[in-house]
Amino acid sequence: MGELDLGMVNWARAQFTLTAMYHWLFVPITLGLSFLCAFFETIYVRTGKEEWKRLTKFWMTLFGINFAIGVATGIILEFEFGTNWSNYSWMVGDIFGAPLAIEGIFAFFIEATFFAVMFFGWERTSKGFHLFSTWMVAIGSNLSALWILVANSWMQYPVGMVFNPDTARFEMQNIWEVILSPVAVAKFTHTTSSSFVVGSLFVIAVSSYYLLKKRHIDMAKKSILVASVFGLLSGLFTAFTGDESAFVNASTQPMKLAAYEGLYKGSRGADIVAFGMLTPGKRTGDGQEPFAFEISIPRGLALLATREWNGFVPGIEDLVYGNSAEGLVGAADMIERGKKAIVDLAAYKAARKAGDDAAGKAALERFNVNKDYLGYGYMTRPEEIVPPVASTYYSFHYMVYVGTFIIFLMLFFLKAGLSDRLAENRLLLRLGVASFFLAYLASELGWVVAEVGRQPWAIQDMLPVKMAATNIGSGHVQGTFLLFFILFAVLLLAEIKIMIKQIKIGPEVA
Amino acid sequence: MIGKLDITTLQQLWWILCSVVGSLFLFLTFVQGGQTLLWQVAKDDREKSMIINSLGRKWELTFTTLVLFGGALFAAFPKFYATSFGGAYWVWMLILFTFIVQAVSYEYRKKPNNLLGEKTYELFLFLNGSVGILLIGAAVGTYFTGSNFTLNAYNQVTWTNPLRGLEAAFSLFNLSLGLFLVFNARVLGAMYLVNNIDFKGLPQFEARVRKSCLSSFLLSLPFLLYVVVGLVFFDGFGVGKDGAVAMVAGKYLGNLLAMPLVLVLLLAGLFLVILGVTRTGLAKSTTGIWFGGLGTVLVGLAVFFTAGFNDTPFYPSKADLQSSLTIYNASSSHYTLTAMTYVALAIPFVLAYIAYVWRLMDARKIDERDLADKKAY
Repeated sequence: MGELDLGMVNWARAQFTLTAMYHWLFVPITLGLSFLCAFFETIYVRTGKEEWKRLTKFWMTLFGINFAIGVATGIILEFEFGTNWSNYSWMVGDIFGAPLAIEGIFAFFIEATFFAVMFFGWERTSKGFHLFSTWMVAIGSNLSALWILVANSWMQYPVGMVFNPDTARFEMQNIWEVILSPVAVAKFTHTTSSSFVVGSLFVIAVSSYYLLKKRHIDMAKKSILVASVFGLLSGLFTAFTGDESAFVNASTQPMKLAAYEGLYKGSRGADIVAFGMLTPGKRTGDGQEPFAFEISIPRGLALLATREWNGFVPGIEDLVYGNSAEGLVGAADMIERGKKAIVDLAAYKAARKAGDDAAGKAALERFNVNKDYLGYGYMTRPEEIVPPVASTYYSFHYMVYVGTFIIFLMLFFLKAGLSDRLAENRLLLRLGVASFFLAYLASELGWVVAEVGRQPWAIQDMLPVKMAATNIGSGHVQGTFLLFFILFAVLLLAEIKIMIKQIKIGPEVA
Repeated sequence: MIGKLDITTLQQLWWILCSVVGSLFLFLTFVQGGQTLLWQVAKDDREKSMIINSLGRKWELTFTTLVLFGGALFAAFPKFYATSFGGAYWVWMLILFTFIVQAVSYEYRKKPNNLLGEKTYELFLFLNGSVGILLIGAAVGTYFTGSNFTLNAYNQVTWTNPLRGLEAAFSLFNLSLGLFLVFNARVLGAMYLVNNIDFKGLPQFEARVRKSCLSSFLLSLPFLLYVVVGLVFFDGFGVGKDGAVAMVAGKYLGNLLAMPLVLVLLLAGLFLVILGVTRTGLAKSTTGIWFGGLGTVLVGLAVFFTAGFNDTPFYPSKADLQSSLTIYNASSSHYTLTAMTYVALAIPFVLAYIAYVWRLMDARKIDERDLADKKAY
């Protein structure tokens, strides 16, 4: 297979990073706030109190502003797989395309249809049907998340498929394995619950701002109470599913786990670094101490990754150079086998083209011996399979610290809310405003852990990113990168200005 | 039963399903057509807002249908997805660009402090309805005029024209198909607005909308004529008995004659569109959209069926005929098509709830009260 221009690959990477992170500015609020709107409206319908209806409508206005730009930034992602990652789209389209189509059929239409009712149906439909529609928007949004996360999880942990040498692509064999893979379950639950936290914090931040300004006091208190309950439960669940994700990573993507834990040399009963600064300039295999400074919890990593006191957790160097005592094969061997697979696949193709069945059969037999290492054949040296460690490590630790902090913050808000002491506690309110931004960053950095941590692979162990891109000059990709960068910057600025204005205007007065 | 279908049947079934989604999208471009009518038929802010609020309750359906069209093609014909999106890079990127700016425009146009001002968001809507639809038409046109690509032994695409897809817009046939779709969208847009807005006390506004239906239809005719003449007389791409792709004289006319049902779809569709135009432009009826809409769907089906069935490569390559994509060599595996067919069983339910909500929400037409709502666009 032809090698692609690395400049182009990096521009395509940059473009995907740009568009995905832009999109993710809006998605967590959509996922969380949609459920909060549904809670608020449910309270309105059950109590019949007009103030809850005003409150619901206010949050829906902010939801709508956020939702529009979320849709705008989402469409590009669906098509970017084809435009910038054409080889990828062909090689795994047989598996990867399915969840995207299912997402369209099962989720997007629910959102699109019931969104109109949620916004314009107050006078046109019954109370009950309107409430039903609001719930459907929340469920539809979260279902979209389900399918795209199933697709993403499959890239992290490719299951339920086989390589077909005739078509030169991976083909699906079991859709249930794809949908119900442990990575998909962990990723969906972790991503949605952490987004519920972000959505709750959005409500808490805006409400705290009102309380600090002594405006809309009753509405703000009510909103905080509901959001802190939802946020606390979601925060706890986020911690639980985060732990589960790490445990799953240990068996599916040990390199990613080693990178975000900063573990270079694996061991039995490994410690976990609670706080630590990586040694600047540290490279795989250079013999330097990984940490300039660290505080560790004994056996913490062994427990997290293997659920055993004495479990073995491989480090980056074990995975790169192998560890015969623990039965780990090094990357050098896998690269060698991969290169053989590439040669044999080419021989098979040539024999087929020439009509030489015997030679084709022989080449295929040789290929099948090494076919699981095909992706490694495109690597030039063993160290290439190591992702950028520092960005993965720091992103992960930031996420864990902020996640833990938010759980306590939610607890304080709930306590203050229940005892009606919110308005006096100005420090807590200021924290409430600021924490929203902390949580936002944690949510974005979660994707850095997931995506940077699996480099250099587009499909873990199967397809390196550099082989996945489109055969196109980097100038074209730079052009569209610039186009979207400017456009999204302008739209984001517009969104923020509109949002701030609407927050200043506040809910309709009774 | 689905589990027993052979791969050829499934490939044909999925071409039909993709065609249905694509044709429904063409019907739903009444939103885009309405967006380009804004300046022509609305003379003051209130009329403008009525149009925007009427279209604003539907734009997401069109948008979502386009996304599903992309998703369905990806799942069922991944080789097309990889070849066309990666190859005809700029045409798809620009189409996407116009849909991105559309998605924020309804919500942000009237909001205070919106940075760009009302006029800019209206311009975005116009761009989406004109350039966006034109380029979609040009892209569909390449189903008949061919593209410039080769595929290697690993099915990786190399695009041989430096314009990366934009060259599609320089073919008279593709351009005509694009312009026809732009004007047809305006025809449908006018039909929809007549159906959806309460014109009580606004007779001149109503008259302008109805007139625009007729004028847009007349303007669409030369382009339609060129497309039809092209299909009848041009050489087309055909798959021979040996599986090799070659140029065949009168191929697309031959397809219509070989598949009389498709010919009937085409003629019935055109007839229904004309019926819709007369009901909207020449009479006082509000039901034109149902005739025009159904007609557009039937014409769309005929176009897609002509492109893909009867031993025709639906995405032919001018640069290397043997790289051309047919529904048989571009599809997903038997397993994936089978699994996706089970999923597709949900489509009637989706259509049913969309229709139910549409009826419920449109039971009362758009009027002054909708503009007074704080959430109005």
